[in-house]
Amino acid sequence: MASIKLPVVITANDLLSGEAVYWHKSGIWSNDLSGSKVFESIEQAQALIQLVVSDAEVIGAYLAEVLEEGNRLVPRHYREGFRERGPSNYCHGKQERLRQKVVV
Amino acid sequence: MYTYTEFDRAFVRDRVSQYRDQVKRRLEGFLTEDEFKPLRLMNGVYLQLHAYMLRVAIPYGSLTPKQMRLLADIADKWDKGYGHFTTRQNIQFNWPRLIDTPDILEALADVDMHAIQTSGNTIRNVTTDQFAGAALDEVVDPRPYAELIRQWSTDHPEFQFLPRKFKIAITGGSDDRAVIRAHDIGLQLIDVKGRIGFRVFVGGGLGRTPIIGQELHDALPAEDLLPYLEAVLSVYNLAGRRDNKYKARIKITVSEMGIDRFRESVDAAFERLRPAFTGQDLSVLGKIQADFEPPRFLEKSQDGYFSALDSDRHFRTWVERNVNPHKHPSYASVTISLKGHGNTPGDASAAQMRVMASLAERFGHEELRVSHEQNIVLPHIAQADLPEIYRQLGKHGLATANIGLVSDIIACPGMDYCALATARSIPIAQDIALRYERRESKIGDLKIKISGCINACGHHHVGHIGILGLDKAGVENYQVTVGGSAGNDAAIGQKMGRGFSFEELMPALDRLIDAYLAVRIDQSEAFVSTVERLGTIPFQEALYAIDKTA
Repeated sequence: MASIKLPVVITANDLLSGEAVYWHKSGIWSNDLSGSKVFESIEQAQALIQLVVSDAEVIGAYLAEVLEEGNRLVPRHYREGFRERGPSNYCHGKQERLRQKVVV
Repeated sequence: MYTYTEFDRAFVRDRVSQYRDQVKRRLEGFLTEDEFKPLRLMNGVYLQLHAYMLRVAIPYGSLTPKQMRLLADIADKWDKGYGHFTTRQNIQFNWPRLIDTPDILEALADVDMHAIQTSGNTIRNVTTDQFAGAALDEVVDPRPYAELIRQWSTDHPEFQFLPRKFKIAITGGSDDRAVIRAHDIGLQLIDVKGRIGFRVFVGGGLGRTPIIGQELHDALPAEDLLPYLEAVLSVYNLAGRRDNKYKARIKITVSEMGIDRFRESVDAAFERLRPAFTGQDLSVLGKIQADFEPPRFLEKSQDGYFSALDSDRHFRTWVERNVNPHKHPSYASVTISLKGHGNTPGDASAAQMRVMASLAERFGHEELRVSHEQNIVLPHIAQADLPEIYRQLGKHGLATANIGLVSDIIACPGMDYCALATARSIPIAQDIALRYERRESKIGDLKIKISGCINACGHHHVGHIGILGLDKAGVENYQVTVGGSAGNDAAIGQKMGRGFSFEELMPALDRLIDAYLAVRIDQSEAFVSTVERLGTIPFQEALYAIDKTA
């Protein structure tokens, strides 16, 4: 990314499912953006990518810009918004799982 | 329909077996993603925004009911209950898990299907007229030639690593329904003084540099087809640019060389290659042709059909829009719209796939086709059976009478799924279809095509109205083109000016379509004819006029 804006999180796709995942403060990959480790330094984030990305676990890790709105993390770019929510034509992807949680 | 030989079956099974081992090694950590990615792509497995995507080849868009049922089973067992039919007459599944993909490919092999060469810089699925073998205007059935090209190009050792992907389309009708001049090679079957031949077009393509293909040969004898194609590909393989992905398609090679110099190179290659083709290709073609004999047409009473036409105006409208004339006078070809108002263009649920398979078995001589306009076709239907087919389709949300109308939109998956997209396409298509549902029959023929990025998978350049979704400073923005065409008069639409935001687009389209309704001579003058008569300026002015209703 040419002129990446801070803050950022580390995101990738899960090897098995292909789902968008985020590197969490707790040191695991999660499909939930909230709880992601937020970086205020590109250098620190890139250094951590080298350390945490396991080729056997995720694919194509990169830095994604976020906004901190109160206690919530929100993707800055709409592309990342769709990765976080799922497609807009069906209630599939992450939103499908959220709906199932509500139903349960 | 072509029937697989034991050679075909063994070849596909071997590939499944190889791929299963590759996935195993990837999951066990013996292959890195960099090593594995080209292997999965060779088997049609992409990684998209939310999941893996599997693209399955449907050769020249032809399916048997058994194959359609298997696609429905895949949708139910390994995906989310639906599939997406594409502009290349293939089907894509949006949600498979990597670990399941070998089992899916094995299931496909059970019904003589695969995903080979649906990705990569190779010769992709050959596409053709969805009415092939049935159309009234057909000179020769193009499917045997498409199958011959499929066999020649599959795993062709010289053409697995071309400078870029390569797409061939072939039509046998006088009316081009396969958009042949927007392909790397376009072939039109013609009658040359009583013998079959081809007009050959080269260097067409959409994407970031849209170009209408130029004529390379005006009457190629049919028996020279494979050596001539091999000559074209050989020239491209050497002369095509590999230094810049965006200049690597054959359209750039032809543009940079000029059509005359390109033709000279092809002719020289042809002279060199022709002696190597000693007749085996024609022998194979003969065997293939036997598989494409027309079905045994049945004579049935048409009383019920004519009675339904008289008494049921909804049925009559559906026949007018969705039924195409057939070579046999009491038969027709039915286009099943996958463009229900508000639905995702090209999507069919597993249940709908099974319904279409059943109709093909009961009434359609066991044949289904996928059109490049993302609909399904039953090519051989007795007119007497049309009322019952209409009733059955209606029960399953498949009887929308909108072929060629505003809501019959080609749309790529866009940013809802595609990792390359810069904006969404699907919600735009859904909004347009719902907005014009009541008015579209009065508007008449108008083809809208939407792409979610410059790669133009939604064919926006050749839409009467084209819409291209871009990212403008972090906001979805939609450019509008007007005056494109995909038929015999293939043309690239003209860009109208600045793009529109998601919210601005629909009012702008309203102004554009209202302007057309105001200036057309009468209802018989289609949108594209009015643009041809008046030019694009009145439409440009309408698009950018201040929205007084806002």
